Amino acid sequence: MAQQREAAIVGIHEYPKRYAPDVSAMNIKAVSIKAALDDAGLKWSDIDAIYDAQDGEGGAGLGLPSYLGIKPTVIDTTQVGGSSYEFQAAHAMRDITAGKCNVAVLSYGSKSASLRTPIGTGGVSGGGSWQANMEAPYGQTLIAGYAMVAHRHMHEYGTTSEQLAQISVATRHHAMRNPQAVEAMNDLQFVGVNEITVQDVLDSRVVADPLHLLECCMVSDGGGAVIIASKDVARNTAKKPVWLIGSGEATKYRENGGDITTSAGAQSAPIAFGEAGVSASEIDVAMVYDSFTITVAVCLEDLGFCKKGEIGDYISDGKLRYDMPGGPALNTDGGGLSSNHPGMRGIFLLMESVRQLRGESTSQAANAKLAVAHGNGGQLGGNHAGGTVIMAAD
Amino acid sequence: MPNRSMPKFPEPDTQPFWEATKRGELTYQQCDVCNEVVFYPRGMCTNCGSGELTWKVSKGEGTVYTYSVVRQNRNPAFADLGAYALAYIDLDEGFRMMSNVVGIDNPLTDVKIGQRVKVQFEKQDDGEYPVPVFVPA
Repeated sequence: MAQQREAAIVGIHEYPKRYAPDVSAMNIKAVSIKAALDDAGLKWSDIDAIYDAQDGEGGAGLGLPSYLGIKPTVIDTTQVGGSSYEFQAAHAMRDITAGKCNVAVLSYGSKSASLRTPIGTGGVSGGGSWQANMEAPYGQTLIAGYAMVAHRHMHEYGTTSEQLAQISVATRHHAMRNPQAVEAMNDLQFVGVNEITVQDVLDSRVVADPLHLLECCMVSDGGGAVIIASKDVARNTAKKPVWLIGSGEATKYRENGGDITTSAGAQSAPIAFGEAGVSASEIDVAMVYDSFTITVAVCLEDLGFCKKGEIGDYISDGKLRYDMPGGPALNTDGGGLSSNHPGMRGIFLLMESVRQLRGESTSQAANAKLAVAHGNGGQLGGNHAGGTVIMAAD
Repeated sequence: MPNRSMPKFPEPDTQPFWEATKRGELTYQQCDVCNEVVFYPRGMCTNCGSGELTWKVSKGEGTVYTYSVVRQNRNPAFADLGAYALAYIDLDEGFRMMSNVVGIDNPLTDVKIGQRVKVQFEKQDDGEYPVPVFVPA
């Protein structure tokens, strides 16, 4: 199948603050939408489709048009945790290709830091539902699900904490080059806003074996918006379009006898790469959901950058840095580990891919032409969703 | 752990599992049509969609598939423990369940993937349901 160039990301805006006690989540979404439209050179009245991950107020798909005062004719409320935005980008691409809309808006606003929402490391298990009844009595925390994946990966393949720490080190290196990430780490009172070493990661306290504190994403406020437009609209926008050329979706869950070290990405990635007509070896930039280091490790394998079980060796030479050869530049904005994680990070994966393919990143990969954004939502090892989006420079 | 979070009812799919713990039984389901082993409890077979499932009693013996020693949990039932081993156990009848490995001196050193374990029912001080946990076999 010939590569399609029917829809493109034409505008982005990342809300600059990671601690925003004085604004509402809806305001973060609205301000970001306006700024992303400005980035694209489009108007408020151009919006004809919204994609809403139930992060605001007033009901999914209901509160946002009211708050914005718009009347879209495509209303999508896909919510699959942190990967919602990769799914939404795929749906916008589909809806635009089908002629249902021309200017699609994805938005996110969250107050996780200022409202002290437990996301990952301190989570309190609930109860009263089918699955919670089978997990809450055992003290299941969100991070523990990921940690059990990491332990099994280490057991089967000999992966080490030293190797996983490379992901934290590369990501922090990128964060220190991104002024917004530095401000975020300062505002959220990180201990040591500086470059880190593998030893620093290993010396940080263990939250759930084998995962250390510096292998965990932050809990921040924040949000942003992404504008996706049809090719006709994209021809006249302010900046060069970034084309959506392939997407794939999948879910995975705990199964009797199942392999916990393989994620939904093993299903979504081949679909996306097949649609795009490219392979992982051609990818310049990989924006992969870094809730924890193990998430990146498993997803890079499932995206096809190396074989299952070989991620430890693959990353041990530091090739994930933006200026290192031999592999994709990883999470060049500083990632969820060191820049921005308000709960559903998927939208930032799209944004930084766009910056890279426009040549605007603070850790710009040389001559970046192809990027992959892979969101992993829910809980790795338990119910989770994988959304893969392949993007190409104009 | 005398005051664990208890399952909350009504919840029709999982209630028979928890009622069985009061009899000291670890139960799972098996499909009458295709013999698929089903766990977590639910109302239909994950292999063929049949609603004809029979509750079976497990021997309670299995192997640690993976685990994590959790050092931080704000839930009051777990906050004071310091560290506890959360695990997936592969039971010999073919189902995988989340539980804890207990009855060991030090969860940091005494739990291993592949370790043989057997079920034990932990009575709660305040909670109604005994909780199935695992000890080294």
